[in-house]
Amino acid sequence: MSNQDYYGGGQQQYYPPQGPPPGQGGYYPQQPPQSYQGGPPPQGYGQQPYGGQYQPQPPPQTVYVLPAGALKNVSTAVGARATTFRTVSRVRFASSSSTSSSAFQSFLSSRATLASATIAAVGSVAWYTHLYGTLPFLGEVHANSPEEEGLHSPHYPWSHSGLLDTFDHASIRRGYQVYREVCAACHSLDRIAWRNLVGVSHNVDEVRAMAEEVEYEDGPDDKGEMFQRPGKLFDYMPPPYPNEESARAGNAGALPPDLSLIVKARHGGPDYIFALLTGYTDPPAGFEIRDGMNYNPYFPGNAISMARVLFDGLVEYDDGTPATTSQMAKDVVTFLNWASEPEHDERKKAGLKAVILFSALTAISLYVKRFKWSYIKSRKIFYNPPVDKTH
Amino acid sequence: MSVSTIFYNTIVKRNSVFVTSIFAGAFAFGVGFDIGVTAFWDRWNRGKQWKDLRQKHVQEE
Repeated sequence: MSNQDYYGGGQQQYYPPQGPPPGQGGYYPQQPPQSYQGGPPPQGYGQQPYGGQYQPQPPPQTVYVLPAGALKNVSTAVGARATTFRTVSRVRFASSSSTSSSAFQSFLSSRATLASATIAAVGSVAWYTHLYGTLPFLGEVHANSPEEEGLHSPHYPWSHSGLLDTFDHASIRRGYQVYREVCAACHSLDRIAWRNLVGVSHNVDEVRAMAEEVEYEDGPDDKGEMFQRPGKLFDYMPPPYPNEESARAGNAGALPPDLSLIVKARHGGPDYIFALLTGYTDPPAGFEIRDGMNYNPYFPGNAISMARVLFDGLVEYDDGTPATTSQMAKDVVTFLNWASEPEHDERKKAGLKAVILFSALTAISLYVKRFKWSYIKSRKIFYNPPVDKTH
Repeated sequence: MSVSTIFYNTIVKRNSVFVTSIFAGAFAFGVGFDIGVTAFWDRWNRGKQWKDLRQKHVQEE
């Protein structure tokens, strides 16, 4: 069964009829009642086959050339679903029958070619951007030289850099010692309480002893007077200066920033702070620096009020770690990173759990979708062309 | 009797048993998953967490 039968078995006929059939005045032949057919309704001129997509109808005199069995081979596999209706209604015109450039055309229009070209384009731009730091062919203008904005700090291999790495808590403990003995002379740590150290770098007895060494004002008592008492676990870290004005007065007008969130608050994070602490050098020739300022290439403007504070052997670690400058800087930066992100370890652990659970749920949902759709995608759709019973 | 039949007859047939087994299974999975992830976590970060340092500082006192 092919369309040739429908259109008169290859004989040259005009369809639709050019004039009204005998005895009828209308242009189209009278449609028989559809319930008598027992199949799909017959197709008049202009009606679409099943499938809904608009296919342009050929002019009336077109001779159909379809391979034998074209209607039988369609829709036998899930993968052939896209070609079903195209095969039924495709018409080979003379202009499209040349085969010399078909291989090149199919190469140009293939999805693999599109995907590989896209990957090549995006990949080369990404590689250039990674290598040179800017997008290609897009110029940038900077008001300051890189020195004036501060050198870009290198990336250091922190013990907590990885996606699954916790802080090195021994380093946090040493870093607290460095903060307490060195940094706390000028920098406050307002948002960290003594209790936050418990279970992180010290046990509760150690923290309680450390807190009791500090006097806190409390009150009022039953006579309405404030009084001093030793610190408790819930007290916050004592500030070195009572207010900002005294801090500026004690540091030649410069305010030592609070270090609670300093790692989050600086570009480069721990890398920047480590590079700053270890990056003090003599100013280069020609660089004028004011009295009381210090040269640091990593600080924006290169002139920083804080002098170099970390020198080899400045503190003595409990665990016998050699207290070099870089060791102390690494430890105190790890401590400050913990102070900025106390939730760090639990966050990464929860992230690991979430990735495992959500990837498993995604895989399950994909399987269930394929399972439910397998019936729809593997069913066969047959098209039985109507038989014109008048011939 | 196949596994699916046993599963159906023992768990799914009575709704009270079915719902109870879902809740108990969720609880057991939560505990087991947490134990498994924590075991991997502690092995990956061996020697870095406070629980690894704690013994050292307790013994000093």
